Amino acid sequence: MNIWTYTIIIGVLTFLSRYVVTAYANTKTYSETTKKVLSYVPSAVFPSLIFPAVFYHNTNFEIYNYEVLAFVFALIAAYFSKNILVTVIVGLLSYIAIIFMI
Amino acid sequence: MYQSIFTSMKRHQIYLQGIKDVLPLNIPVALFGMFYAVLCIELGFSAYFAMGTSLIIFAGGSQLIFITLLTAGAVPWVIFGSVIMNNSRNFLYGAVFSKYIEKKSRIWKIVLSFFLTDQCFAVSNNYLKKNYKNKFAHYHMLGSGMTVWVIWQLSNLVGIWLGDIMSDQLSLNFFVAITFLALIAKDLGKLDHFLVILLSATCSLIFYNLPLKAYVIVAAIAGISLAYLINTKFKKLIR
Repeated sequence: MNIWTYTIIIGVLTFLSRYVVTAYANTKTYSETTKKVLSYVPSAVFPSLIFPAVFYHNTNFEIYNYEVLAFVFALIAAYFSKNILVTVIVGLLSYIAIIFMI
Repeated sequence: MYQSIFTSMKRHQIYLQGIKDVLPLNIPVALFGMFYAVLCIELGFSAYFAMGTSLIIFAGGSQLIFITLLTAGAVPWVIFGSVIMNNSRNFLYGAVFSKYIEKKSRIWKIVLSFFLTDQCFAVSNNYLKKNYKNKFAHYHMLGSGMTVWVIWQLSNLVGIWLGDIMSDQLSLNFFVAITFLALIAKDLGKLDHFLVILLSATCSLIFYNLPLKAYVIVAAIAGISLAYLINTKFKKLIR
């Protein structure tokens, strides 16, 4: 298969994953419980974008590495500032500082 | 006439608010975009391919899976299956967003869906939750989504021009991780959300080595199931 054919198929699959439910979900049939449960989507999805990136190096689980240490700083910044920019800056700077200092 | 000037200003302001809200999340997007382009070239793909995949697919995770699996010689169904699994969280985002844009035209739904990334969902979900009664609230999503799109394309171009400037020591996934940490930080103090985050985090770590990157949807389903239990059987946990 040509790489552009792959690209177009993956483009269509990605678009459909974003479009189908967004456009066709019948929200009038959502119960009160469904609406409440959907408010937990960020809490249910984002941890899987966060924790493996911190604790895994390739396929190995590591409890102590640069990322975990910088993550602790970012976590403290996130919890107290509740501000995205502060968290990102503290996380980035502590990560870079740790790599160059250790 | 005054009315139309007023409403167009409102649209403009909401659109700008979307851009402003999503900007901090674009620091890792820009780094990731450069890295993606550099990796494409290093793996022997052309600059046109690097840009073409970003223009057509516009999903960093899926693009990365695509080029690494293609280089590894994976069969098509494994590539497509991995992309579908990686994108499956978009169904959940869609289920949340659909209630905000259900009255919009098909064109609006197509455009907004195209721009529905993690970053766009994160900031515009916060905005729409509070402002869903405003009939122009979806302009926030347009602003945040288009910003991520522009930053992604520009950072790809920079990556192509600058070549291999990225340090191998820095983990780009980590940069992405801390922006999402910032997004759930405000919910860490609520017991019900904390339990959902804890379960989803634990599942993502336990199931990380599952094939087709299935850990993302496994963790999401576990978290959503717990949220359902809390809201039906253990309402005392909600504060």
